[in-house]
Amino acid sequence: MIQTTQLSKKYGQTTVLNIDALEIPKGQSFGLVGNNGAGKTTYFNLLLDLIRPTTGAIINHDIQVNQSEDWKSFTGSFIDESFLIGYLTPEEYFEFIGDFRGMNKADVTTFIAKFDTFFNGEIIGKKKYLRDLSKGNQKKAGIAAALMGAPQVVILDEPFANLDPTTQIRLKKILKELTDNKEITLLVSSHDLSHVTEVCDRIVVLDKGIVVKDIETSTATLKELESYFSV
Amino acid sequence: MISHFLKLEWKYFFRSASFGKSIGIKLVMGFFGLYFITMFLFMGIGVFYGLKKFFPEQDPLMVVNSFLLYAITADLIFRYIMQKLPLMNIQPFLTLPINKNKIVHYVLVKSSFSFFNTMNLFFYIPFSVVLIKEGYAASGVFGWLFLMILLIQSANFLNFLINKNNKAFAALFALLTGGFLTQHYQFFDLPGTIGHGFDFIYHNPIYALLGLALLSVLYRLNFNQLRGLMYLDEAVSQKVKEANASDLSWTDKLGDVAPFIKNDLRLMWRNKRTKSSIWMLAIGLGYGLFFYTNPMYTKMDVMFVLVGIFSTGTFLINFGQFIPAWDSGYYKMLMTQNFKYERYLKSKFMIMTISVVLLFVLGIPYVYFGWKVFAVHFAAMIYNIGVNSHVILYGGTFNRKKINLDQKAAFNFQGTGAVQWLIGFPLMFLPMGIFVLVNWWVSFEIAIVVLGLLGFMGVVLHKKLMQAITNLYIKNKHAMIHAFTQEN
Repeated sequence: MIQTTQLSKKYGQTTVLNIDALEIPKGQSFGLVGNNGAGKTTYFNLLLDLIRPTTGAIINHDIQVNQSEDWKSFTGSFIDESFLIGYLTPEEYFEFIGDFRGMNKADVTTFIAKFDTFFNGEIIGKKKYLRDLSKGNQKKAGIAAALMGAPQVVILDEPFANLDPTTQIRLKKILKELTDNKEITLLVSSHDLSHVTEVCDRIVVLDKGIVVKDIETSTATLKELESYFSV
Repeated sequence: MISHFLKLEWKYFFRSASFGKSIGIKLVMGFFGLYFITMFLFMGIGVFYGLKKFFPEQDPLMVVNSFLLYAITADLIFRYIMQKLPLMNIQPFLTLPINKNKIVHYVLVKSSFSFFNTMNLFFYIPFSVVLIKEGYAASGVFGWLFLMILLIQSANFLNFLINKNNKAFAALFALLTGGFLTQHYQFFDLPGTIGHGFDFIYHNPIYALLGLALLSVLYRLNFNQLRGLMYLDEAVSQKVKEANASDLSWTDKLGDVAPFIKNDLRLMWRNKRTKSSIWMLAIGLGYGLFFYTNPMYTKMDVMFVLVGIFSTGTFLINFGQFIPAWDSGYYKMLMTQNFKYERYLKSKFMIMTISVVLLFVLGIPYVYFGWKVFAVHFAAMIYNIGVNSHVILYGGTFNRKKINLDQKAAFNFQGTGAVQWLIGFPLMFLPMGIFVLVNWWVSFEIAIVVLGLLGFMGVVLHKKLMQAITNLYIKNKHAMIHAFTQEN
């Protein structure tokens, strides 16, 4: 369970995020949508303690993220390419991350093998550094790394952007399977309304830092979102 | 059109990262520039009279001419190392209705006005003025000067054609040494022969136009080359190098810091910025040769401390001063990973300690210069491990500048802030000061012991010091993340 209370983030006079209360129960797949500047990435950054909240707090499985670092052991995330180490090959990168997630070399190899179709033969064994991969392939590597070590909470910012159609469909499958048994809490943000409604049980719409819609996903959700955004 | 480009250039200058550099760096760079200019200026004015005085039977112009081969090759070598290729970010222009030829001409002409081309003129112009004043034929001098300017411009364009080609660099170096050797052994006086060519120009200034032919050929070659590069897949996409996977599993013996150490080794080996500073290690290690071979310094014990600290700590200083900025590109990611900050810092401490011991071992031959030197180096090693490593890690908590690893190192001040200038004092001068004081007050032996003891104390207090430093890093975490996401 992730609880957000009285959370706000201000830069000078501008409030970029202001969430009174938001509760994400364990096992939910939670989608965050909103136009540019709505505060999606800010929320994720706060959740990962990469920026400090002006007021309020986020409690991730009983741990207040800006008080203790213990959330790191069960939280996997990929925000942007700056999460990658450009001068490593994908294999080395997975090994590096795996080490912090309690995986030895063999564990990492079995883990990566599960992503064979997702990687589509473009990541492993290419003898390329991460910095030399295309944006889409970098994203694939980053998403896979976020899922290493069986995290309880997975945070992905714009996971569908830059991916080719086939990979988008494969990613949707992976994310759905991930939350199938309602053990893992998944948080994604996206600009693609159809993808996010397909993957998520619940969708929250942010506008200028404020929660304006909180929807349990149903067959009508996509229509509702489309009409909301077509201003 | 040109005015558009110039406007862009203006914005590029004032909005570029380098403009935001700290005052200190600007002052140092400005100082270097001024230093060169003044040196050349004084040489240009003074060389004529100097030569006249020391070699009264020779014509100063001819003497200068016989050295021009050196001047030109040295200039090319200097450019090879320092000068960047003339690049404008052409990508946005490719689809705009601008004639591609125009862009190429603009880029090339712009390069003509670089510092490298004007610097030499501070020598040649005053020298020519003096020549005319001393009664040389004005037409001849003008022809000579004109040729020199053309040659400087030719060197400019030749350098771009060489384009960081190592073979050409080797050839230049061979030309320089070859010229020296032939002259020295009177075998075939290559520089002198070339010099006669310049004498000839003075007497027949009309032939200076030959330089114009050379320049236009080189310009044309550059033009063709650049023009061919005006496609996205040529100019923009760089060749992707194949990853060289080296087996670093031996580092696993180092325990839980192994992943970080592996990472740091790869960081150093695979990035331009770090790779090109590896030769700094050789300079640092050989630093002592410069002092100890000079009898003036062998009497000054304090110099041993300087050399000792520097030769065993050159890696510590070069690498340590940019902790944790080396990892600035992916610092956010590190901060979401499940490890204790202490472990990260411990890995940095470990890698620095290993380097200090290794450099000391490599520097053992310094014992040739006497047991005193060796003893001081040993004490300096302990001091580096115990004191300087902690000081530099502490300094790291003030680092707020991002480092882009893909840029080369020579004269790259990215990531440099006030910290880097200030940290030098406690690192180098504090041990020197302590040594001088005790040496003067008690004795040489005790001074060594004091340095060693200080280092030893640092080692004993290591756990406590690291705890304090770690807390500072944690306290500054958000400020660092914020700073490292800014392009500075």
